[in-house]
Amino acid sequence: MNSFYFDVAHLLSGSLVLASLMLLYQDRVYALLHVFTLHALVLSLSVAWQAFAQDAPHLYITAAIALVFKAILIPVALRRIVAQLRIHQILETVGGIGPTMLAGISLVALSLVVTLRTTPAGDRFSREDLAFALAVILLGMLMIVTRRNAISQVIGFMSLENGLMLAAAGAKGMPLVVEISVAFAVLIAFIVIGIFLFRIRERFDTVDILVVDRFRGERR
Amino acid sequence: MNHFPFDPTLWLLVIPAASALFLAFLRDWRLAARINVLACFLSFCLSLSLLAVPRAEPGRYLMVDDLNIVFLVLNAFVGFTTSLFSAGYIQHEVEIGRLTPRLLRFYHAMYQFLLFGMTLALLANNIGVLWASVETATLTTVLMVGIYRTAEAIEASWKYMMLSSVAIALALFGTTLTYVAARQTVGEGAEAMRWSSLFTHAATLDPPLLSLAFLFVLLGYGTKVGLFPLHAWLPDAHAEGPTPISAVLSGLLLNVALYSVIRFKMLLAGNPHVLSPGPILITMGLATVLFAAFMLYRRRDIKRLFGYSSIEHMGIITFAFGLGNPLANFAGLLHMALHSLTKSGIFFMVGHISQAKGSQKIADIRGLTESHPFLGWGLLAGTLAIIGMPPFGIFLSEFLIVSSGFSRHPWIILLFLLGLLVAFSGLVLRVSGMAFGKPTGRQEPIHVIPLPFLIHILAVVTAGIFLPHAVVGWFRQTAQLLR
Repeated sequence: MNSFYFDVAHLLSGSLVLASLMLLYQDRVYALLHVFTLHALVLSLSVAWQAFAQDAPHLYITAAIALVFKAILIPVALRRIVAQLRIHQILETVGGIGPTMLAGISLVALSLVVTLRTTPAGDRFSREDLAFALAVILLGMLMIVTRRNAISQVIGFMSLENGLMLAAAGAKGMPLVVEISVAFAVLIAFIVIGIFLFRIRERFDTVDILVVDRFRGERR
Repeated sequence: MNHFPFDPTLWLLVIPAASALFLAFLRDWRLAARINVLACFLSFCLSLSLLAVPRAEPGRYLMVDDLNIVFLVLNAFVGFTTSLFSAGYIQHEVEIGRLTPRLLRFYHAMYQFLLFGMTLALLANNIGVLWASVETATLTTVLMVGIYRTAEAIEASWKYMMLSSVAIALALFGTTLTYVAARQTVGEGAEAMRWSSLFTHAATLDPPLLSLAFLFVLLGYGTKVGLFPLHAWLPDAHAEGPTPISAVLSGLLLNVALYSVIRFKMLLAGNPHVLSPGPILITMGLATVLFAAFMLYRRRDIKRLFGYSSIEHMGIITFAFGLGNPLANFAGLLHMALHSLTKSGIFFMVGHISQAKGSQKIADIRGLTESHPFLGWGLLAGTLAIIGMPPFGIFLSEFLIVSSGFSRHPWIILLFLLGLLVAFSGLVLRVSGMAFGKPTGRQEPIHVIPLPFLIHILAVVTAGIFLPHAVVGWFRQTAQLLR
């Protein structure tokens, strides 16, 4: 594998991890959405680069889905939801920003240690890629756990899923990648529509019962 | 019989998919319920034909082998009996106005779609297709759990959705890792995701990557199995959805998720250099059994109670596969089949009981044997079966698990027995309160369809007294496969 190809891929997937870390310390909804747009853009570039480097044209479709759906449509839809549901601009985090960042950094270290140890035989390309992808996945999970607000949980889930796409695109010749990215797009659309229809602001304890009742009243 | 000209595997998928599409447009819900039963019956007949038709070579995307054939039959069977129960159940729900005809259209279409997803997962000969179909089945149940549109139902389905989405993601990462582990020896492309070729090359897969892949797969699909500590969605989803869905969730979907884990475990068994999955499965299974057993005591909701019981039984099965000797594997498979029959049978009773009493709260249910004798004694029989009393079949499988592990791991087995005992008394305590005593609340008789429950309980009793030779032979053969 040409060293230049590798360097660019490395740079892009490294930036994705960086963007994941940036997501962790956002405490305003709109800022969070901006950073997520950046996250999706980086993913799109990274997948497109893999498509180019591996000479796998179908990956361009995945890159295009990431660009159109995740970098444009979803942020716009979420912005409208935030406005319409009058969601608080300031996000609460469980445990504060500092400890969360520390946890995030140790998760990145963990995933590098685990993946680089377990893949000595794998080629450099997919090895580094898997390490970064695992880091993005773990950071996404951390974000879901530390946020209570439904919007930021969805963002956490989408960043996690971007990590999966990075892994799948980096696994050379893996079939079904495009189909999987479509499946995830459908899943995310489901979740976003669910938030909107049922006005879910926070998970687990405060679903807005009054609003749900009114909604039922309208339907009948 | 030798050269049967048709391929039942394809039809097994076409029937539920086509009927899902058809039912989505059918306005008359009474007719829809009948068509639902008919479609399930056809699927069941087709699945039986799998036993008779000579087995084809594994195809590009689908395959039938010793392991999945029994789950296919079981799936179609429970799908069929549940559709019978569902026909009676929804009639009552429409009468009291909890479900509207419009929602029912959605309900019936989703029911068939769920069966489609599970059948595809079982038939899949490709780890990518397996993943996609488990995801489909899960999402379908998410929609079904929220169908009553109450705040609790929406909360339950949101929780289920978030947890299972993360689980889906982890399972996909495990799937990708498996592909990467296989790519070097099996070759790039679809070949490296096909079960049949993965198994033939199992010994040459990259060991550390495969171990890591298994951990992710276990976390991902394990969440759907309801293993502690990833079980949080399960009791809520069981309690808030329509009862036929609880029956299918407990009886079938948990099995399908577990089936996926077992498949990956088989892959690991073929490779001598990977981590051994046994201790992990034993630990998770044991933790699940103990946790669920203690949780049974403070339950106030009857469906939640049996949801926790399902968690416990999934723990038992995982524990059995963790022990991993042929006898324990045999018992694990047997337990999967019997638990599925018993638990869905219990949910049939629970559905009728909560309709008869107009409540799912345990405190509102008293003296069922007096007010509704069939329901009361049925619930009692089902409970005795699920806690593993002889002559019911679960006694046999639990006994086999205990005796297969006792010589090698006496202390672990003692802990396991403690869990079983705690669960035993927890369930007896709750259920005897509901079955006996002075009846309270509503006592009007209710229209019950007894047949599905009777078939299930009869099958479980038969298994406990006498297992047919062919069945034993099959279970033994598959247990060998698992190693």
